[in-house]
Amino acid sequence: MLEVFIFATLNGLVTGFLLFMLASGLTLIFSMMGVLNFAHASFYMLGAYFAYSLSLYFGFWGGLIFAPLIVGVLGALVERYGLRKVHASGHVAELVFTFGLAFLIEEAIQFFWGRDTKNYQTPDLLDFPLFTLFGQEFSAYRGFMMTISIAIFIALYYVLTKSRIGIIIQAAITHPQTVSNLGHNVPLIFMGVFGMGTALAGLAGVIAGPVLTTFPGMAAVLGSIVFVIVVIGGLGSLPGAFIASLLIGLLQSYAIASDVGMPDLLGLLGISFDRSHPLNDLWTMNLPQIAPVLPYLLLVLVLIFRPTGLLGKREE
Amino acid sequence: MKRSLLLTKIFGSCRKPLLAISLGSAIIISSTSSAQEPVRIAFMDPLSGTFASIGNTGRTILEFAADYFYNSKGGILGGRMIEVVSLDNKQSPNETQLQFRRAVSEEIQIIFQGNSSAVASTLSQTISRHNRRNPGQEVLQINYSAVDPILTEDNCSFWHFRFDAHANMKLNILTDFIAADPDISSMYIIGQDYSFGQVVSDTTIKLINEKRPDIEIVGNEFHPIGQVKDFTPYVTKIVSSGADAVVTGNFGADMVSLARSIIDSGLDIPIYTFYAAYDGITATLGEGGKNKIRLIHNGVANPLPTETRKQFNRDFKIAHPNYDVTQPRIVNALQMVVAAMEETQSTDPYDVALALEDMRFTTMGGEEIWMRAQDHQIFQGLSVSVHTDEGVEFDADNSGWGLVTEYQVPLEETMVESSCQMRRPSR
Repeated sequence: MLEVFIFATLNGLVTGFLLFMLASGLTLIFSMMGVLNFAHASFYMLGAYFAYSLSLYFGFWGGLIFAPLIVGVLGALVERYGLRKVHASGHVAELVFTFGLAFLIEEAIQFFWGRDTKNYQTPDLLDFPLFTLFGQEFSAYRGFMMTISIAIFIALYYVLTKSRIGIIIQAAITHPQTVSNLGHNVPLIFMGVFGMGTALAGLAGVIAGPVLTTFPGMAAVLGSIVFVIVVIGGLGSLPGAFIASLLIGLLQSYAIASDVGMPDLLGLLGISFDRSHPLNDLWTMNLPQIAPVLPYLLLVLVLIFRPTGLLGKREE
Repeated sequence: MKRSLLLTKIFGSCRKPLLAISLGSAIIISSTSSAQEPVRIAFMDPLSGTFASIGNTGRTILEFAADYFYNSKGGILGGRMIEVVSLDNKQSPNETQLQFRRAVSEEIQIIFQGNSSAVASTLSQTISRHNRRNPGQEVLQINYSAVDPILTEDNCSFWHFRFDAHANMKLNILTDFIAADPDISSMYIIGQDYSFGQVVSDTTIKLINEKRPDIEIVGNEFHPIGQVKDFTPYVTKIVSSGADAVVTGNFGADMVSLARSIIDSGLDIPIYTFYAAYDGITATLGEGGKNKIRLIHNGVANPLPTETRKQFNRDFKIAHPNYDVTQPRIVNALQMVVAAMEETQSTDPYDVALALEDMRFTTMGGEEIWMRAQDHQIFQGLSVSVHTDEGVEFDADNSGWGLVTEYQVPLEETMVESSCQMRRPSR
């Protein structure tokens, strides 16, 4: 039981940190534009595919460095020549724009790379077990994923709170007019933030591609969960996104690892139903079975009891 | 086409519906009597979304086979070409209903569909209802891959034909194979949480208990279909359960993610699957899956049995270098449907269905397969093959890796009883 707990925690942390890389960019972009970027997970997918193609020529490490840059530049271009123009027509137009963009990117990926799973592998350098515990290996690559994610978190935190550029970004988010009057180029800052957010998503794609498999559905699988995180954490709150990412990563991991379910609960109450009961599916339901749905349940609960999310500010 | 539909609508509202229908169908017949019109066949499967790659490969095989065997040789029924119409159902029962309406409005009478038993069930029910209400405009369902047994058992339909062995038939052979391995003393079952995944789990447990009561089922897990990002937490449970073997019915991305997580965790136990090959899966598994991953499937993998079959593969690869002949049963299905059409000189689903019943047909692999009339289930030899790079004449995903058949049983040994009580429409 102990080994299951330890590995569940490790897996949860790996997933949680990965989710944070996506959620951080998304929540930054939200606080800047006031609109959720539906295409965010598509940039994550683009990152994985670019890295796959680059890795064929320059190896994994080439992909790791260049793919996020390409995605970031693409993101910046989308902001400069797409969103900024649409912005004039209001939030709904922006929302619909990013929604359309998500489909466009998915179709483009299927057009250029095809629909099958891509053979995107972990680098040989990291192809060894980091440690073996109770007969189960924890691969070095997962350790690497975790290291990168934590490094990104620390760097992001430092840049946003301690550096001058971070202070300007924060000011530009809350008081764009004032910052503009102080002589800063606010549209440029927004473009930069959008580019950085998408680059982070791209980086997440690069490091997730080899383990979570690179295929055209990867954005859809992760996309919805990232929105859930941003909403649970509180829209626009970076620390909130961090807590929510880890929370959801661990929640899913523990739920899968656990073996409890309705039969145990009913057993405690001394009730049992036989298999022919019309609601048999309900009585035999167990936690691992519904694990992937739990984040959405949490979302609903958070929205009911704390509509602003865990660390979100109440809107005036 | 629109005109005749409109007419039936108008006539349908008049007080003598019978007369209206016969009038309507008379108009349809007269307007479609031109001899060289193509025979249109719908291919309805996911062509976008998470499971798109499987659907696209299937469509490519069907289109290629139609051209290869018939269109390039002057067509069928005295010069009619076969036209494959793609309908993307996104593997969703709702979308399937919409696409079915589209097929009907385009007067397509034969629908190939294979992915997801849930979708196949919906389609089968929709078709049965449609055919009951619209005599003269029937539609035939050619199921080349959905393997929930219920489709040819309790829910069997005259309008549904299955060209793949169903899950119980496959599991019967697979569990024979597992039972013959004395090294296995415990087993873990993991599958997608829907009808087919449940069938795999229930049947495996039942059969293993009969054949090898000493094998302990140490895990029986379901996960939502197409929703799991990372299978590592599941693999953690498999490892800690101490299982000697894993059985799964997963397909598509769920299959490849699961297998990779198992390989990455360093777990060295056999994995018995239905669909762990092709569409990028073989290439992704590569070295890590060697001699670990096994599949139960119909027909045989390497070495391919006949020169005709080999030549088909070679010609297919020339035309579509990035695809593989993943499901030769699609070709069998097409050939049998065409044989039925030629035999009756008709494309009417009722005639074709009657001709398909009890048909014996020799495939390009040289094997005689049989469509049982009782439940419209195909019977043919089944094989267990292993993922390897040795002795692979025809690889998958151009990767050098592929399947080599290890265990084979002939048609007779795959027979199972069916509870099907088919209601046959009379004409």
